[in-house]
Amino acid sequence: MKIAVCVKRVPDMDVRFRIGADNISVDQGGLKFDINDFDAWAVEAALQLKDKNAGSEVTVISLGPDVVQETIRKALSMGADRGIQIKADKVPFDGLAIAKALSAELKTGGYDLILFGKMSPDSSNGVVGPMAAELLGLPCVTAISSLEIANGKGTAKRELEGAQEIVEFPLPAVLTVDEGLNAARLPSLKGIMAAKKKPLQIKPALLAEPQITVRKLELPAERKAGRIVGEGAAAVPELVRLLQTEAKVL
Amino acid sequence: MEDSLYFSEQHLAVRNMVREFARGEVAPVAAELDAKAEFPWANVKKMGELGLLGIPWPEELGGAGLDLLSYMIVINEMAKIDASHAITISAHTTLGTSPIVNFGTAAQKKRYVPLLATGKVLGGFGLTEPSAGSDAASTRSTAVRKGSHYVLNGSKIFITHGGVGEIFIVTAVTEPGAGTKGISSFIVTKESSDLDKTKRLGIGHDDSLTSMRGFTSGKKEDKLGWRASDTRSLVFEDVEVPAENLLGEEGEGFNNFMRTLDSGRVGIAALSLGIAEGAFEHSLRYSTLRKQFGQRISSFQGIQFQLADIATEIEAGKHLMFHAAWMAQNKQPFSKQAAIAKLYCSELAMRTTIKAIQIHGGYGYTKEYPVERMFRDAKICEIGEGTSEIQRLVIARNLLKELAD
Repeated sequence: MKIAVCVKRVPDMDVRFRIGADNISVDQGGLKFDINDFDAWAVEAALQLKDKNAGSEVTVISLGPDVVQETIRKALSMGADRGIQIKADKVPFDGLAIAKALSAELKTGGYDLILFGKMSPDSSNGVVGPMAAELLGLPCVTAISSLEIANGKGTAKRELEGAQEIVEFPLPAVLTVDEGLNAARLPSLKGIMAAKKKPLQIKPALLAEPQITVRKLELPAERKAGRIVGEGAAAVPELVRLLQTEAKVL
Repeated sequence: MEDSLYFSEQHLAVRNMVREFARGEVAPVAAELDAKAEFPWANVKKMGELGLLGIPWPEELGGAGLDLLSYMIVINEMAKIDASHAITISAHTTLGTSPIVNFGTAAQKKRYVPLLATGKVLGGFGLTEPSAGSDAASTRSTAVRKGSHYVLNGSKIFITHGGVGEIFIVTAVTEPGAGTKGISSFIVTKESSDLDKTKRLGIGHDDSLTSMRGFTSGKKEDKLGWRASDTRSLVFEDVEVPAENLLGEEGEGFNNFMRTLDSGRVGIAALSLGIAEGAFEHSLRYSTLRKQFGQRISSFQGIQFQLADIATEIEAGKHLMFHAAWMAQNKQPFSKQAAIAKLYCSELAMRTTIKAIQIHGGYGYTKEYPVERMFRDAKICEIGEGTSEIQRLVIARNLLKELAD
């Protein structure tokens, strides 16, 4: 099988973000970056398919400036075979522009399966996978939490509100990966060593003029400190009163 | 030092991986393993799979083929979360494996290193005896040549992996009266004391190793810190060791273990520094959360000065340790730098963990917060692989020797 996985370099979400001087981007100072978790699970899914199907090849693709090579190398150190950087000065906010640039590369690869994370936590659009599928004219299953491939077709599970959906699809197909599909492996030291020698191609991004632009970023309003009304049953009437009159939620 | 002086992109990839492993797999179990004084077999297995038990050895010997700096990065990162896991890597690699890699014959390397480097079995190093610690020349264990083998008698104490390990390098006197020139080292093997666990997990034991008759491990030490690490005595009663298990030439044992200890000291420096860094990170974070007198305690200058002092010392320690590692890696004499790094970083770990508990106040004295464990884990760094006093002797000897040259 030929499998492509599109990955994005995202900031570690476990920090306080500051808005940059331009008011439309996040201040990158002090941020730590790593592969998007959903994309890491997509890489893991590809590697598991590769382990089961001898002769498979996993290609990792990332759009962005040269720092994304680090993200690609991480996927290579996990076990992917080759990487492609679609070089752009920055990653546009407009998912369609990203999808067009990626699909221009993807359509030349002859892939049986194209995997994306279902979203990235930095822009939270969740559109690049489905848009790329549309541009490539391929079936698309989003937010999968299980995956089987056999005899040229696939079966995947999707978690719905209070239910699960089992879907079947032919190959080639585009899938976007949700939490719960797997746990991404850590790269072994051998993997890290091997990643250095794996091919990483750099190609210019064919980026269309973005149709969506960010005009302004704002931090959420500071939450007010909580208030302890009292303790035990005696405090309940006052709590109810405040919930009715002040918070107006009852 | 973030991060270009010594580190390549690959070093950072190694660091990120170990960081992720330590946070994901080690941090959740460290307190419990410490409380139960339980050896972390499950994590040892994972560390073996990741290549963390043979970091600097060539790939043809089953190692990961990385450089010494990568190895120090791993010990350092692991110790930020848990010193017991870090010493497991360090004792196994530097003490248990490096003598065979550095001084072994081709046959010995082929026989033992792949088992050790892949983490299939654990190794250890037996130098210290009840009456020979810092004064290694007083070694009393003896090895008497009889035909095709040596007969080994004596005992060793405080041996990391004494129980769980299967391959050991031990020193014994082969020429009484010859002082340090009469000491030789041997490769000896026994069965792991945790056979049931090792068989269940498929790690820690290899059937092909000889279980030498008369070679046993004693009771597990109940220690202040490094409690998830296995420390025991080793006992040799008329153990027949094949002559082919002599490591290096007869009489070279002392010189060889001095060289081994030089590298070991950089490792302990990396480990100590990790404890200090871990305790500092907890203290820094805690100081921004804890409120007293209506303010976060990080807003008090008394706390700020302490944090600034610790951070400054940690920065100095990083440079000492990574510079010593860099010198070792570049095959320069590094005995003095290793001793300086070990002395400074181990005492730094102690100072820092004392301050860390103070910053945490009463909470820091409880097992609810990891600084209490880090404080206990720090003390041995001033003792193991050469006490602080011995480091000062080594440093002074080097200074005087440099003057004489």
